[in-house]
Amino acid sequence: MSLLEVQDVVYGAGSEKRTHILTGLSLTVEQGEVHALLGTNGTGKSTLAYLIMGCEGYRPSSGEIRFNGLVMNDLPIHERARLGITMAWQEPVRFEGITVRDYLIMKHPGTDPAQYLARVGLAPELYIGRMVDKCLSGGERKRIELASVLALKPLLAILDEPDSGIDMLSIHDVINVIKAFRTGGTAVLLITHREEIAGIADRASQLCHGKIICSGAPGTVAEHYKTQKCELCNPVECHYV
Amino acid sequence: MSDLEKLMQAFGEAGGSVGALADAGTAHLAASSHSILSSRAVEGINVDAKETGSGISARILVREGVKLQRPVHLCFGVLHKEGTQEIKMDVTLEKNSSAAFIAHCIFPNAEKVRHVMDAVVDIGEGAEMRYSETHFHGPYGGIEVVPKLAVKVRKNGRYFTDFTLTTGRVGDLAIDYSVEAGENAVVELVARVFGHADDNIVIQEKVVLNGDNARGLIKARVAIEDEATAEIRGITEGNAAGARGHVDCMEIVKDRAVAKAYPLVQVTHPLAKVTHEAAIGSVDKRQMETLMAHGLSPEEAVDVIVKGILR
Repeated sequence: MSLLEVQDVVYGAGSEKRTHILTGLSLTVEQGEVHALLGTNGTGKSTLAYLIMGCEGYRPSSGEIRFNGLVMNDLPIHERARLGITMAWQEPVRFEGITVRDYLIMKHPGTDPAQYLARVGLAPELYIGRMVDKCLSGGERKRIELASVLALKPLLAILDEPDSGIDMLSIHDVINVIKAFRTGGTAVLLITHREEIAGIADRASQLCHGKIICSGAPGTVAEHYKTQKCELCNPVECHYV
Repeated sequence: MSDLEKLMQAFGEAGGSVGALADAGTAHLAASSHSILSSRAVEGINVDAKETGSGISARILVREGVKLQRPVHLCFGVLHKEGTQEIKMDVTLEKNSSAAFIAHCIFPNAEKVRHVMDAVVDIGEGAEMRYSETHFHGPYGGIEVVPKLAVKVRKNGRYFTDFTLTTGRVGDLAIDYSVEAGENAVVELVARVFGHADDNIVIQEKVVLNGDNARGLIKARVAIEDEATAEIRGITEGNAAGARGHVDCMEIVKDRAVAKAYPLVQVTHPLAKVTHEAAIGSVDKRQMETLMAHGLSPEEAVDVIVKGILR
């Protein structure tokens, strides 16, 4: 049994759910596996992430999402979190009046927040007392979100473009964080556009037209992705090229 | 137990520093209802307080160039169920002086209490005043709080005030603050209030930027639940070159509570700029989802967000 099983999931958006975002998507993530998800803009990567996390308004029209064998289509977000799933959003929100320290230890007050800041390349003494608010840059906020996900020690972390907004010189910090998840036994569903980030995954899948069209070794999938070999991707039928 | 001991006990329970009031190096003024229970001045500051028929009247003067190292503690309250306390304050900070004031207003048993503050503050050239006022109310809601403040901040002066009422029932609150800022002056007004049951909150804060390069910020953070109501009026005028003002209002509404915001910005000089933002509504969905993805229940997430904006 896989840790996460997404089976034949269909999801539509808009009025009467007529805009089909996912069209029968199937995907598995194994225990402790880093699984990269590649795909052009608008193919449904973030939608899949929201469906797995159980965000408001994101429930499959059909198909099943199972975690450790449990069908969780109708579970609210916090119950999924308590099963061991969490997520770092592509653009993390800001919070007034909440310090970085409180944010990192919110669910596990006994933990040492400094170690998690250090792991994402932030000096604890400079950040621990700051607020998780508008005074942080996008990149700083992103790193703090990654640190908070690390601190949760989840079974599955969904990372939606963890490298976006991170400066070029610090990409290795993101790579180290993903490796830290793996070392700690956390499986990662890694949404990214960067080949170098996807390259550290154990496995990768390519999403196109709301379906997984290719899975396998990251290098192989990345090559497939670059050459756009989706059979639906022709100028007549495909809206994504 | 004497009235002073009772007030000190309530002051301590409300989070006030009782030790600071006993400290010979710290200026303070403590009053319960119409009685002045204790006051102390230190070098560089005059505290001249007297009892009036309905409350107290106080003149506080910080002399030129004096920079008080320790905050001045003010402790006001009505400990009985019923009563009126009218406080008239006249505060002057002379040129290049600086002082911080920490005020605690304590009404733990109020069922029919009226607390009125009428203050006039004059911040001299290059002077700086920080005024933090925290209210501690009981659970009954039978209190009316009417703080009125008129401040003049002269050239290069700085004035920061912070009003917090997040403990107990608000009752009826009607804040009316008005600040005039001169050249290069800096003004910051912050209010944080949490209303419950049928509490009624009205906050009007006005900053008039009359001096070149004067800067002003009005920030209101209000959370209301049950049937509480809140109306926030943040007014800023930019009347001089380089004047910069901003009005920032956030109200979180739960249950059947009703919130209104009226940011009013007015500019009469082409080189002045005033901006405003107002957000009213339920707790932000993305914030909720993020906290719930950390394992917090919806109730816990709301609690964390509300406490955050009121901090």
